[in-house]
Amino acid sequence: MSPRAQVYILAALLALMGAGLTIYKNRELGFPLLPGEYRTVWTIEAKVRFNADGGPVKAALTLPREQRNMEVLGETFSSSGYGFNIIRENDEYRAVWSRRSASGTQSLFYQLDVHQTPGAPLEQPLDLSTQVRKPFLEAREQEAVRMAIYSLVETAHQRSSDTKTFTTQLLTALGDKRNQDRNLIFGYYKDRSLVDVALVVLAAADIPAHRIRGLYLEDDRRRLDPEDLLEVYDGKRWVVFEPTTGSPGVPKNFFIWQRGGKSLLDVEGGRNSQVTFSVIANDVPARDVSMLSTSKEKEALVDFSIYSLPIEQQSIFKLILLVPVGALVVVLLRVFVGLRTSGTFMPVLLAIAFIETQLFTGLSIFTLILVLGLWVRFYLSRLNLLLVARIAAVVVTVVILMGAISVISYKLGIEQALTVTFFPMIILAWTIERMSIVWEEDGPYEVVVQAGGSLLVAVLAWWVMTNSYIEHWTFNFPELLLVLLALILVIGNYTGFRLGELMRFRQLVK
Amino acid sequence: MLSFSMKHVITKLRGGLVSPLALHRMGILGMNARNINYIARYNDRDKYPIVDDKLNTKRAAKRYGIPVPELIAAFETQPSRKRVMEVIEPLWQFVIKPARGSGGKGILVIVGRDGDKYKKPSGAEVTALDILRHVSNIHSGLYSLGGKPDRVMIEALVDFDPVFDNYSFEGVPDIRVIVFRGFPVMAMLRCSTHDSDGKANLHQGAVGVGIDLATGKSCHAVQRGLRINKHPDTEMPFDKLEVPGWRDLVRLASSCYEMTGLGYLGCDIVLDRQRGPLLLEANARPGLAIQVANGVGLRKRLRYIENLDLEQLEKNADERVAFSMQEFAAGRRL
Repeated sequence: MSPRAQVYILAALLALMGAGLTIYKNRELGFPLLPGEYRTVWTIEAKVRFNADGGPVKAALTLPREQRNMEVLGETFSSSGYGFNIIRENDEYRAVWSRRSASGTQSLFYQLDVHQTPGAPLEQPLDLSTQVRKPFLEAREQEAVRMAIYSLVETAHQRSSDTKTFTTQLLTALGDKRNQDRNLIFGYYKDRSLVDVALVVLAAADIPAHRIRGLYLEDDRRRLDPEDLLEVYDGKRWVVFEPTTGSPGVPKNFFIWQRGGKSLLDVEGGRNSQVTFSVIANDVPARDVSMLSTSKEKEALVDFSIYSLPIEQQSIFKLILLVPVGALVVVLLRVFVGLRTSGTFMPVLLAIAFIETQLFTGLSIFTLILVLGLWVRFYLSRLNLLLVARIAAVVVTVVILMGAISVISYKLGIEQALTVTFFPMIILAWTIERMSIVWEEDGPYEVVVQAGGSLLVAVLAWWVMTNSYIEHWTFNFPELLLVLLALILVIGNYTGFRLGELMRFRQLVK
Repeated sequence: MLSFSMKHVITKLRGGLVSPLALHRMGILGMNARNINYIARYNDRDKYPIVDDKLNTKRAAKRYGIPVPELIAAFETQPSRKRVMEVIEPLWQFVIKPARGSGGKGILVIVGRDGDKYKKPSGAEVTALDILRHVSNIHSGLYSLGGKPDRVMIEALVDFDPVFDNYSFEGVPDIRVIVFRGFPVMAMLRCSTHDSDGKANLHQGAVGVGIDLATGKSCHAVQRGLRINKHPDTEMPFDKLEVPGWRDLVRLASSCYEMTGLGYLGCDIVLDRQRGPLLLEANARPGLAIQVANGVGLRKRLRYIENLDLEQLEKNADERVAFSMQEFAAGRRL
């Protein structure tokens, strides 16, 4: 196989691998493709309050199950003085706080961060008993209520085709204040909620149903009581209904806390127990959300990556990962344009320094150091020093210049110039040395051409490297480096003309 | 009328650039194509040291009977002051060169002495101390690629053939021949000018004179990209220029193929009054300015040789020279 074919195959493989990993990370792990994407993370706090009797206390709170459309990013419990554990009971998780003795008002907290995953199916499979217990309404005074219930069921039955439409019809009837049957039923079940009554009527119609407790996620809500939804078994699966509108499906932003089951909170050894919720929305960078949700699953791609490093090293890597981009800029400019620079990759190092110092400060400091350094170097060249000693002397001079620039500018109140320390000193010293030789051999014009070329490349590299998209992609999708590598390999095969050559050979074309 | 103005607009938009297609049609070789299709393909890395180090080149040339300027001394390590002075003291004229210098950097030519002063071709004078510093700089790697420590060589000054005296200002012209797989494909004469400060670099303003491979006569001359007919300083017309002993010179260049083993090679040759053509240095990455000097692209000639069958490639130097002189004569279409 010819080297050229090998390059193309290798580049294609690398590009496929890099792009594939990127798409996987974006689609499956939720890493955002564009910078500045924010996701809403809801912090839900359940506060359990009760008055302890003075004896042993045990409080059990049902915890939300795993849900497809809501991703739990983290949970915390506060339980000062209480023993705490989570038990599994009848397919339900319960948080149990316990204490040998407590008196007075007690407050216990359970807090969790959830994130709504868009597009996930709302319907959840549920393995719950579908047994129906018919309401017991045999007494004489209940005759009218019973008649009303069956009348409602009969009407709804006639106006519907299946369990789903039946439930909708029934709920609409129960919400209609002009309906006589409905008023009669609510007159009998005075203090009961709509969901309670709906459950009774559904039981009368032989349809398995239960209550769903949950919360509407709205920002900055305090002391919320859980709201109820209705879940009905249509013969194959469970369907959620919003009771007041009668429409099927989980309402938007509804966080399901408990499906079916019994009580939300059980307290032994206390009175006046209640659980209230508060909800706060936080806008969190999308990447952090993905990091949190993937770190729980120990996703190897994320676990064995730069993100597993401490934050400090990560920020260093953020810079290092930009170097290949700078190198690509150099490659592009040399292969397609044919710019002359002093030192092939020196401009990349300059560009990195510019990232730290800001462009204009960096440019002026670089020019200042280069001019002063050249001036010192010209004097040094008269002293007949050995090359290594002379370059070392230039290094020392550069350091002194940097120190002087820092101190003077600080005294003058220009704090930006303090970033001068980010300049790679040795590189600067070598640049000064090379430039002075170019000056001696080819004259000052060539020095201006080369220094200008280097600066131009450095500024272009800086411009690309500080692009927020590039920064975002290199750090969040380091696998894109494979694509970049593929690109460089392909460019390395370019045999066409350079832009500079179109100029250089222009006289040959008549 | 409309088409004329369109053409005008396009020319303006290009800003003096020519279309790459036009260059391709002319058979111009670009830098990228040279690097990938010729240097990388025909020049083995392990043979580079022969040409990159001029001391190695000299040694190899001796073995192959190729004439070179006489080597007076070479310093492998940093020489003491005494040692350098011992060498240059008895000399009237000499050249100090870095063994691994590139692009003519670091070459110090002394053409005469005036007591303790050493005279450069430009007339400027340097002291023994300046020479010692120059030796030290070379040795420290100032002129070598990557700043690697270098060796210093002191050569006898070539006693230049006066034929080019009228075509050169201050410096001495040398002849560059591109040799591809042993076949000379193009040649040019580089004449320094006042503009180029006595240097033979085309981009510094030296004149590039295309030499017809068939005859050794000038066929085209260019300064700073513009075609000229006479030397800007001496006013000598180039059409009278003819390199004496042309076939010998081309043969010398051709035989460098055997010496270096490099498929794509640039040979720099000077003419000595008594000894004839001498190989100054060989270059594994010869530049592309020769195309400008000749007004002809290299690519078609290189292609022509690439398309030869094996039997034709296995010729000796004399046969190759004859072939090239016939096939690559100026004005002949390939």
